[in-house]
Amino acid sequence: MRWLLLKDLRILRRSPVLVAVLVAYPIVISVLVGLALSRGPDKPKVAILNELPAGETSFTVGGQRFDVSRYARELFKSVSPMPVDTRREAIDAVRSGQALGALIVPPEATRALQDAINLAGTEPPTLEVLYNVDDPIRAEIAESTVRARLADANRALSEKLTQLAARYLQVLLRGGQFSLLGQKFDVLGLERSKLALQRTLRSLPPGSSEARAVQSVVDFAELAIENLGLSGKVLAAVGQPLRIKRTVVAGHRTPLDAYAVAVSVTISLMFVTVLLASGMLALEREEHAFGRLVRGLVSRLGLLGEKVALAAACAVPATLIMLCGIGIFVHLDWGRFALWLVALAGGAVAFGALGVAIGGLARDVRAASLLAFLLTLPIAFLALVPPGTVAHGLYQAIRAVSALFPFRPAMQAVDAALNGSEPALPQTLVHLGALAAAYLALARVALARAT
Amino acid sequence: MSTATASGATAIAAGDVTKRYGQREALRGVSFEARAGEVVAVIGPNGAGKTTLLSILAGLQPPTSGTVSRAPREVGWVPQSPAVYAKLTVAENLRLFARLEKVPDPDAAVAALLEQTGLVQRADDELGTLSGGNRQRVNIAVGLLAEPPVVLLDEPSAALDPRQRERLWEFIAALAARGTAVVFSTHNVGEAERYAGRVLVLADGEVLFLGSAAELETLVGGDHRPGAFGHGCPDFEAAFVRFLHARGH
Repeated sequence: MRWLLLKDLRILRRSPVLVAVLVAYPIVISVLVGLALSRGPDKPKVAILNELPAGETSFTVGGQRFDVSRYARELFKSVSPMPVDTRREAIDAVRSGQALGALIVPPEATRALQDAINLAGTEPPTLEVLYNVDDPIRAEIAESTVRARLADANRALSEKLTQLAARYLQVLLRGGQFSLLGQKFDVLGLERSKLALQRTLRSLPPGSSEARAVQSVVDFAELAIENLGLSGKVLAAVGQPLRIKRTVVAGHRTPLDAYAVAVSVTISLMFVTVLLASGMLALEREEHAFGRLVRGLVSRLGLLGEKVALAAACAVPATLIMLCGIGIFVHLDWGRFALWLVALAGGAVAFGALGVAIGGLARDVRAASLLAFLLTLPIAFLALVPPGTVAHGLYQAIRAVSALFPFRPAMQAVDAALNGSEPALPQTLVHLGALAAAYLALARVALARAT
Repeated sequence: MSTATASGATAIAAGDVTKRYGQREALRGVSFEARAGEVVAVIGPNGAGKTTLLSILAGLQPPTSGTVSRAPREVGWVPQSPAVYAKLTVAENLRLFARLEKVPDPDAAVAALLEQTGLVQRADDELGTLSGGNRQRVNIAVGLLAEPPVVLLDEPSAALDPRQRERLWEFIAALAARGTAVVFSTHNVGEAERYAGRVLVLADGEVLFLGSAAELETLVGGDHRPGAFGHGCPDFEAAFVRFLHARGH
């Protein structure tokens, strides 16, 4: 087996283009995937056309001034605003792809909002959103981003109005000063009204019709005081009816960039190992040497083992170097270096076994490479589908299919080695070992048929 | 070139070998032997079972039933397409297979075969840069590395030009002269007549004839003499075709 391994390394050394492609391609792909995963569209560019006349960016309710620009900031919190001057410019920006979408604030927005709050019976202001539906994914992102930001702005505004309403109720309850249309009023309040009525009641003959009438007003005031006392809590609940408490019940929380590293390293490992193992085994058949080798010079299982070892011996250092390179930019726990090696080796053996199974089915290197791509790419994408993004039954089916291929357990092993995430490394290694054994058996059957 | 002759001892023997692929019977009770120093040609129409027979003798696949007297390691195997690595040099290919064959002194064996095959000057050239004829010579040299008592060649001259073919047969004659039994398959019945001591005619997996070319010609009435199946065959190829027709093929 040693001589075969040396022979294969010599052949690889004399195929610099093949080696360059094998190493460069997965690295480029994995870096792109890593970047895509770690840098999501958190600040999409949105064109903003503000048609509000200058000086009409605020309105007053109950003597309190509301600055619209403060609530507009909610809209821009997670988008990168791109100011435009005309509707035409907004449309062009969306059409050309410069902006994910466009938001148009109409000139009457402030006044309409003021009227709506004053219960003038008018419609609330309507903000217009423009987006491009040529690309359904972009359209979905634009729509959901703007909708989420509008909800935030609405919530901030309604919270402020709720606080104002609560203050009015407090004035009604406890009494105090109230401002309306620039004039200040002194309000007695329910509590002080009740005290005044009780004092009056004591001066009336008990049991008289006047005393009974005043008593009923005192009772009403008491009931109103008790119920209005709860109004603050009720309004607070209306202002923010739902609160979120985060509790992690499963899985170890992995930062997105660390997860992206695990994904990109696993993709690299998969491509280098599967392509090398499948290609080098197929090469034995393409060169017609397979028949000569297996008639007593080397056992079929020995030949498969040699190809797996060759692929792993090339892929593990390549991905380790890549990991060290990424480690310069992304924080990695170097104290777990030995675990990285174990995870990469485990993944490489399983990928190598899958590679020889593919190589055993193919008659030449091109067919083996094509088959390797056709098989591994969709499996890798499937394994990356997160739970909850598809129907439960479909997700279970995806999980079951992913479990039959080494990508998912290899990614879990690398993630566990890098980040200490669940499932733990030994568990993933057992999974990878079982898959390696199964694929080696499959490759052995394929080689028997090849003869 | 004179026909090689056998020296007596059985080098390889097949006993009642059959091979089935599902319902199809590729070989039906094939028995024959080749003696040391003998050259045996396996001829027959397409699909007769020639390559199947040689691959079973070489140990590439097991027979469904029957026996082969030699273990695969004791048989030199030269497949039709050169089974060598295009990215390795001539010497590297020979050295690799010498090591895999566990030849006691690989370097000496490589040097000897480079000399025998006339490839000393091309020893450091990659196989991919050689002509088809030279590749075939390396292919044959690999089959001879372990100095096997029997060499099996599957259509060895198929891709060669006339000059390369001539060199090949000289080389094979020299092998037989040193006592190696040579069994080769071919479509070229003229080569079988000229270079083989005996011919084994296979059709539909069955041995129809085993003897010298002259015996076959006599059987069918070659050389314008009357025979069992008529008379007036101008050459061995015509006699072979008439023989197959007469046997229903």
